[in-house]
Amino acid sequence: MVGLAATFGSGAMTNSINDFDEADLFLVTGSNTTEQHPLIGSRIINAKQRGAQLLIIDPRDIPLAKFADLHLRHNIGTDVAVLNGMMNVIIEEGLYDKEFVATRTENFEQLKEVVSKYPPKTVEKISGIAAADLKKAARMYAKADKAMIAYAMGITQHTTGVDNVKSCANLAMLTGHLGRAAVGVNPLRGQNNVQGACDMGGLPNVYSSYQPVIDAAVKKKFEDAWKVEGLDDKPGLTITDMMDAAQKGELKALYIMGENPLMSDPNTTHIEQSLSNLDFLVIQDIFLSETAKKADVVLPAASFAEKEGTYTNTERKAQLAYQAVSPPGQARPDWQIICAVSKLAGYPMDYASPADIMKEINSLSPSYGGITYERLSNNTGLQWPCPNVEHPGTAFLHKDKFSKGLGTFMPCEFKPPAEMPDDEYDFMLTTGRVYYQFHTGTMTRRVNILEREAPEALLEINPDDAKKLGIRNKEKVEVSSRRGSVQLKAEVTERVPPKVVFSTFHFNEACINLLTNSAFDPVAKIPEYKSCAVKIRRCA
Amino acid sequence: MKRTRSVCPFCGCGCSFYILSEGDRVVGIEPSPENPVNKGMLCVKGWNAHEFIHSPERLTKPLIRKKGELVEASWEEALKLVAEKLLGIKEKFGPRALAFLCSAKVSNEENFLFMKLARAAFKTNNVDHCARL
Ligand code: SF4
Repeated sequence: MVGLAATFGSGAMTNSINDFDEADLFLVTGSNTTEQHPLIGSRIINAKQRGAQLLIIDPRDIPLAKFADLHLRHNIGTDVAVLNGMMNVIIEEGLYDKEFVATRTENFEQLKEVVSKYPPKTVEKISGIAAADLKKAARMYAKADKAMIAYAMGITQHTTGVDNVKSCANLAMLTGHLGRAAVGVNPLRGQNNVQGACDMGGLPNVYSSYQPVIDAAVKKKFEDAWKVEGLDDKPGLTITDMMDAAQKGELKALYIMGENPLMSDPNTTHIEQSLSNLDFLVIQDIFLSETAKKADVVLPAASFAEKEGTYTNTERKAQLAYQAVSPPGQARPDWQIICAVSKLAGYPMDYASPADIMKEINSLSPSYGGITYERLSNNTGLQWPCPNVEHPGTAFLHKDKFSKGLGTFMPCEFKPPAEMPDDEYDFMLTTGRVYYQFHTGTMTRRVNILEREAPEALLEINPDDAKKLGIRNKEKVEVSSRRGSVQLKAEVTERVPPKVVFSTFHFNEACINLLTNSAFDPVAKIPEYKSCAVKIRRCA
Repeated sequence: MKRTRSVCPFCGCGCSFYILSEGDRVVGIEPSPENPVNKGMLCVKGWNAHEFIHSPERLTKPLIRKKGELVEASWEEALKLVAEKLLGIKEKFGPRALAFLCSAKVSNEENFLFMKLARAAFKTNNVDHCARL
């Protein structure tokens, strides 16, 4: 979420899920909403029925596209060019919000200069979007009163992910679609507590509430509260850097809670080598995942139903979940395991309950100051920032000013994807999720009904390409990239455009991340999952 | 039958439901009508959110690698090994030789404690989560 933080000073969804009921127009890009966030998808469909407009920018013919007023199917990885093109039209035709630009933003001249290089004709050459359609999209978005942008991993999982996000933010600022109800830039988070993991300081450069580790006053505050000296004041390694450091032998031990990077990470071979190079790997999880099988110690954890705790959803709302049943066998809640390890490591942490831990979070994290168990037990959640117990929580961000003061336009130039198809690897592979499975499948693949609906990995391929290669529906094919190859069944479908194939990363039998490219966005360190060059052949 | 308020573990929408249980057995899910996000609805993943809880494949005991194989161990032995190994590596190679990965699937309180473990107990900022991926 680095892109949003740079432009506005905060990287979270600017608005709320309930705003989807009020908006006049939705610009959905890089989000297969009906499959990844089903209940947000259905709100968009309902909104359509009451007359809202839907604009989709997505190379794939996603299910939501049936309802679209306009669907721009641009070439993969050309998002920045398309968004710049829309801004070009909006400025050319004087459709931008001059007052908002003048009073709330800075750097407009620079934006103007960059987007002037992206007239519709140029964008048509790069993206494959007809100039007339681009103009239509730009006018629709700019003229709507309340327009919401929603995006997901399709925008962030590119080497240019940060630029894509910044471009969405530029577009919203240019048109004044910010700081009110039912507008904004809204990243839809994939997993149930990604937002919370970030808010709590599960990042190398910040403590909870995004307080920087390099800030001396912040360091002092945490040292005093935690009764320690010498907290690390330099940012640590990102997960991508950790894997590289492990491969080089600089990182010796890794302790992973509740994750399965061997399946979720791009370029599985590299991760596997990194993990085997460690002296010591600890996994704390509810199942023996692919990664746990490589561990030196596996600690059995309790599932969400077996403990109490809060989770923060994609609209910054913390909700309290209670314990329903006991953990199986000797499994324990993660917080108890962490306390036990810490005690043995010579730093006792004593908490009677998760509520006790929340008190410490309240006192150390400004945006969570008023998010107490007492309040959460009596309501359906509180949205941060919620600085004190009187505060009602915040439905939309940046009301009168941005978190950082003025919103900064950060114009970006279009850069092609890191790996483009060539004569040998002539297809573009793109990856994502299907409705019935969740992330690497450690939980959902054990749910029978879900497994029946989507039992295996499929490679979506356009009928024209299938015909040329002699591939029939459900026939086995081999997909190879420069990094590896996997075999799986083809699904011949118009959902993907010619020369593009699509698959998911839920299935360990055909681990698609063997193929993907770990070239990553230089700032956000998000790997390029969304595209890499592959070749395809029918298995004999 | 007990009804316990919970949050769906499967996506960032944060739909709320009640877990229906008999003793220590979860028997069903009932969407929460008062929650503004889902207003009494759930998607197919949410409706089935309880099924994996009683999977026979759940981990129920700590495991330790001995002679190349993961074998069952006591909590005492496993926790001691984790603390000793991490401390030993920190002594020998410095805190930057350790790293910790938080989780987009566990609670706020647990993520907070885990980053506190890394930062306060082991003095390293090598803390991240997998959701960049
Ligand atoms: S019920 Fe469906 S839409 Fe709601 S949080 Fe769960 S997975 Fe997401």
